[in-house]
Amino acid sequence: MTDKVLMRGTHVIAESAIRSGCRFYAGYPITPQNELPEYMAEAMMAIDNATFIQAESEIAAVNMVLGASMAGARAMTSSSSPGISLKQEGISFLAAQELPAVIVNCMRGGPGLGNIAPSQGDYFQATRGGGHGDYRSIVLAPATGQELADFTARAFDLADRYRSPVVLLIDGMMGQMMEPVVPPEFMDEADIPYRNWILDGARGRPSRIIKSLILDPAKEEEHNWKLYRKYENITKELQITEAYQIDDARLVVMAYGTAARIAKGAIKRVREIGLKVGLLRPLTLWPFPARAVEDASRFVKEFLVFEMNTGQMVEDVRLALKHRSEVHFYGRPGGVVSTPDEIAKVITSLYYRLHLEEEQ
Amino acid sequence: MSKPVFHRPKYLKDAPFHYCPGCGHSIIHRLIAEVIEELGIGEITIGVPPAGCAVLAYDYFDVDMGEAAHGRGCAVATGIKRILPDRIVFSYQGDGDIAAIGTAETIHAANRGENITVIFVNNSCYGMTGGQMAPTTVLGQKTTTTPGGRTAPLHGTPIDLSQMIALARGSVYIERTSVHSVRHILKTKKALMKAFTAQMNGRGFSLVEILSPCPTNWKLTPVEACDHIEKEITKTFPLKVIKDEIDADRQGPP
Ligand SMILES: Cc1ncc(C[n+]2csc(CCOP(=O)(O)OP(=O)(O)O)c2C)c(N)n1
Ligand code: SF4
Ligand SMILES: [Mg+2]
Repeated sequence: MTDKVLMRGTHVIAESAIRSGCRFYAGYPITPQNELPEYMAEAMMAIDNATFIQAESEIAAVNMVLGASMAGARAMTSSSSPGISLKQEGISFLAAQELPAVIVNCMRGGPGLGNIAPSQGDYFQATRGGGHGDYRSIVLAPATGQELADFTARAFDLADRYRSPVVLLIDGMMGQMMEPVVPPEFMDEADIPYRNWILDGARGRPSRIIKSLILDPAKEEEHNWKLYRKYENITKELQITEAYQIDDARLVVMAYGTAARIAKGAIKRVREIGLKVGLLRPLTLWPFPARAVEDASRFVKEFLVFEMNTGQMVEDVRLALKHRSEVHFYGRPGGVVSTPDEIAKVITSLYYRLHLEEEQ
Repeated sequence: MSKPVFHRPKYLKDAPFHYCPGCGHSIIHRLIAEVIEELGIGEITIGVPPAGCAVLAYDYFDVDMGEAAHGRGCAVATGIKRILPDRIVFSYQGDGDIAAIGTAETIHAANRGENITVIFVNNSCYGMTGGQMAPTTVLGQKTTTTPGGRTAPLHGTPIDLSQMIALARGSVYIERTSVHSVRHILKTKKALMKAFTAQMNGRGFSLVEILSPCPTNWKLTPVEACDHIEKEITKTFPLKVIKDEIDADRQGPP
């Protein structure tokens, strides 16, 4: 058993990655995630077969990760919003070539250079693929230190299982926050599943090709449908949510990551004054947990989506609800972090405006 | 019974090349395959083909091949080599690929002294996309995007990437050769031998720049194209060993 330790979020991810068998990291400095590569640089020095590279750009970093993945390593890169834009080329190639890799996006205020404050402005970019072509990445949205640990380990497993890039979507607040965490157990590298597709030299077997160029449109279509079926499977198998006090709720707040923690604080406050409000928190953003939203809509008619952007996940909530319930939105973009009190006021005002206090 | 003097190299698949008649890529493929065979490294070699006319190189080389995005060959090769340091890793890149979009990846891989071998095919244009100006296009050369010929004030002068790479301390061997004549083809093979051997001995970053005819986009016959290399291109890109520090006593690369 591993003991509980007090660690900041970026360090939790780095340590958990190493324990999960990550043996290749490449990245380029950008705030607010620099402590992640810094931790990797130090920790990987102590591991014989581990490679840390401070790359010349995010483009180079993600393409190094792609090479390491081809060669059979568990590989990871991390960055923050502007750097993630540069990584989209590589993420599209990872998806097309069906290569596992873990990409951490410690989101900051944008667009452009924006700022280094916590934001959720990259939801669309992460959940819609982000790069060119018809693909998706698995997107995980942990919200606590412990979830950072568990989901980092899980990210590597999912990347391997589905041969797909997996994005850990966090923000600077989560990256900096110190919390008690039980890191995952050290993985025995022998337990990493055997891959019969890697490039390690054609000794005693036919030579292999990993590529994404498919000139024949009929074959490219076939490849797209193959990826699509994989995405369908993932959508069936991997929808994760946390439901908090929704059993008697008349209003359900939907939020993820840091926003969900703020929302939870707000819900605790409004519960004290008797408002029946719950939280439905997606932990997978792609696939979006439409099932849980649909289930909740059977008994809840009002939803409030709270995001640290101008309204991105709200579109997925609307799609999942198919007009069965009303969807309201409250957002603070640009790196503004709401307080639980502020959200409690928003919830309260909406609650009374909708007459939810009255027994119907 | 006569002894065969010419055969398909072991590590070239039995597939017809798609390259235009007189194209240098075919010759260069064959040379690489011969070198891999002669060095006995076919089962431990991993190649990284580019975006460019040689994008289908994986259909020809019978070794493991992993495609890189346009210009990222050296980054992908870095990732592979760091995970499998006892394998032989080469990237195959055109002049647009390596000297325009992939400049940063190439210079920094060289500077880190990545123990990989880069084959840089310089045909002074973007072959695959229809013959546009490349950073290596020589002054006066007409391309689809320099219809009046390349001029220094408008387009800058041709870039000498190999010289730039030579400045990177991690590079150990850089030679510019050509495949426009039998003599030069044989010299190119020697250079490739040297580059791969340097990697096998863990010496660091090696690169062979090969001047290569593109008769199609130069709008010349294959013979004229070879002549053009001899008379024109080599004026801007003289054939020579640009750097040889293979045997120099130096701090070992990773
Ligand atoms: C990101 C990106 N930009 C542009 C292209 C289009 N493209 C494919 S090959 C190429 C240039 C090829 O020229 P070169 O590298 O000199 O190779 P050659 O075909 O001459 O051998 C370009 C611009 C691409 N595939 N990817
Ligand atoms: S366009 Fe030029 S480089 Fe491309 S195959 Fe034809 S001759 Fe070779
Ligand atoms: Mg070219």
